[in-house]
Amino acid sequence: MWDYSETVKEHFYNPKNAGAVGDANAVGDVGSISCGDALRLTLKVEPETEIILDAGFQTFGCGSAIASSSALTEMVKGKTLDQALEISNQDIADFLDGLPPEKMHCSVMGREALQAAVANYRGEVWEDDHEEGALICKCFAIDDVMIRDTIRANNLSTVEEVTNYTKAGGGCSSCHEGIENILTEELAARGESFTPNAVGKKEGVVRLNPKKEEAAPAAAKLNPVQRILKIQQVLEGLRPALQADGGDVELMDIEGKNIYVKLVGACNGCQMAAMTLVGVQQKLIEELGEFVKVIPHTERPVEIAGA
Amino acid sequence: MADIYLDNNATTMCDPEVVQELMPFFSEQFGNPSSLHNFGNKVGFAIKKARQSVQNILGAEHDSEIIFTSCGSESDSTAILSALKAQPERKEIITTVVEHPAVLNLCEFLETEGYTVHKLKVDGKGNLDLDEYASLLTDNVAVVSVMWANNETGTIFPVLEMAEMADSKGIMFHTDAVQAVGKIPMNLADSKIHMLSISGHKLHAPKGVGVLYLRRGVRFRPLLRGGHQERGRRAGTENTTGIVGLGKACELAMEHMEYENTEVAKLRDRLQEGILAAVPHSFVTGNPDNRLPNTVNIAFEYIEGEAILLLMNKQGIAASSGSACTSGSLEPSHVMRAMGIPYTAAHGTVRFSLSRYNTPEEIERVIEAVPPIVAQLRKLSPYWGENGPVENPEEAFAPVYA
Repeated sequence: MWDYSETVKEHFYNPKNAGAVGDANAVGDVGSISCGDALRLTLKVEPETEIILDAGFQTFGCGSAIASSSALTEMVKGKTLDQALEISNQDIADFLDGLPPEKMHCSVMGREALQAAVANYRGEVWEDDHEEGALICKCFAIDDVMIRDTIRANNLSTVEEVTNYTKAGGGCSSCHEGIENILTEELAARGESFTPNAVGKKEGVVRLNPKKEEAAPAAAKLNPVQRILKIQQVLEGLRPALQADGGDVELMDIEGKNIYVKLVGACNGCQMAAMTLVGVQQKLIEELGEFVKVIPHTERPVEIAGA
Repeated sequence: MADIYLDNNATTMCDPEVVQELMPFFSEQFGNPSSLHNFGNKVGFAIKKARQSVQNILGAEHDSEIIFTSCGSESDSTAILSALKAQPERKEIITTVVEHPAVLNLCEFLETEGYTVHKLKVDGKGNLDLDEYASLLTDNVAVVSVMWANNETGTIFPVLEMAEMADSKGIMFHTDAVQAVGKIPMNLADSKIHMLSISGHKLHAPKGVGVLYLRRGVRFRPLLRGGHQERGRRAGTENTTGIVGLGKACELAMEHMEYENTEVAKLRDRLQEGILAAVPHSFVTGNPDNRLPNTVNIAFEYIEGEAILLLMNKQGIAASSGSACTSGSLEPSHVMRAMGIPYTAAHGTVRFSLSRYNTPEEIERVIEAVPPIVAQLRKLSPYWGENGPVENPEEAFAPVYA
């Protein structure tokens, strides 16, 4: 279920100004029955002062649509038309102590009803410039139409750019597949193809608040002799534990990142040998501060062994 | 007063007997069923018993035809993707416009991968056209996936006949039966159904367990590869508590099958009759003559479903709606749109789905509660006048943007 604020619930359960105002002189009809919300706002405006004396709503819609309508009528009463027009959809949402992202369009519908009613009063034609698409980014409530318009207007070609221009995808990042699909279509429409690494920009999760990742402290660069000594020292340190199990390890050769060892005694041929090697390798990587591979001497390529 | 739960097609209460049966498998019976020792051995036997109980409710020929999965969606995905993988030369899928998203969204994704998906249309009552179906059964089709019963309306599809038709053309047939199992008696051994999906939590088992029935001999490619569990057909350590619970739930469902089809159906009929008699401009969607015994879907015209649900919830009554708002999408239920239900009604559909736990007293309370809620919301609606819908509602109120 939706996480509605107490104020939303209050305005839904006990809506204010429900029904049409009897002697209204301004009417605004907005919404879309296919989307499931539609609103008729009726106002009684005092002609001399343009003060809104009374407001009423009739709404076909969900809980937040009815609450937004109720809030709107409360907010506009007593204001002049010009003052009322300054109310933004965010103001309506704030009045209700917030709306879930999927429900922000209810506050947009409220603001549009107001514009339509004022236009109706003034004998103007109200042009709706709002088009609603499927919600893509739930973190920032950005829809499909907004993303497409922005891509077209700014010739965007990566998810990162879309995030920078619209915020879509900048939160949890789970809508990136959806954004990539939109980019694929939009780029195809302008004769390009979407490649995740277009224009050399780094794709992937965009972090709004990048956490500083502690880089592993770079091990002081060892010269070849120091490196060999260090490897031997690490292996020596491991031998007592292996010997306790009746085994042993011996350094045979070093070839770049490949360290060849001889497992002797109980370790040799035992099914635990592979695990022992992994443990030895892990220890060496930690101590040397570089990636190395520990390989049984028996698996050494012949030509190298003979070299 | 206790709350009333009429949303059993969404999920059901885990039966107390099921809970009792599965609890030991959280504690003393914690072993891995694959293990040889006593800890695992007993768990292995419990799973075997559960498998037989699922076999019984489906009327399957062999217990090895039962593959435990994590949910209905996994079973659906496994079945459809297996059919495609096993028959790479076949690039078409047949399904319906009213399937669950578990199948529809997968099919839509597969379309982007180059597959052709044929979605069978439905008429105003949600029935399929079998002639259209027959005309699509060609050698290009890898799999047919048709639900046994629709989750929103309860409408039952002729899957036995459709499976015969597919089988006679050598085409694999899968059915998503998550709403039907436990409510409709089944004998898969005598059918031509090749694959079938079950979801545990729809029949009083816990969430997180499902089944794919896979008829012996049907070519199969696993979705999850890895361990040898489920005979290598579904890797991953068994969800022992879920499986044991599902086994018990199937046993109980067998016992209650008749009750479900007589007593529960009576309660449902009473609810429908009571509401329709008290609420003008409301009607039943789907096919009332051929539907699940526990489901009724009623459209309340000129008001919106989420608002209805919120007001019902305030009185402790739980149901669900096909409105756009309840799902967070822009369109009302695809099932309602497919049946051609107008927007002014589709957004106001409410599904009541009962279970064997509902009582006649509860149903009477709902019949009393619903009419004032509808009246209250209609008072707010721009499509509603003093005592009824405004004349030509769609013209009298035609908002600016569409």
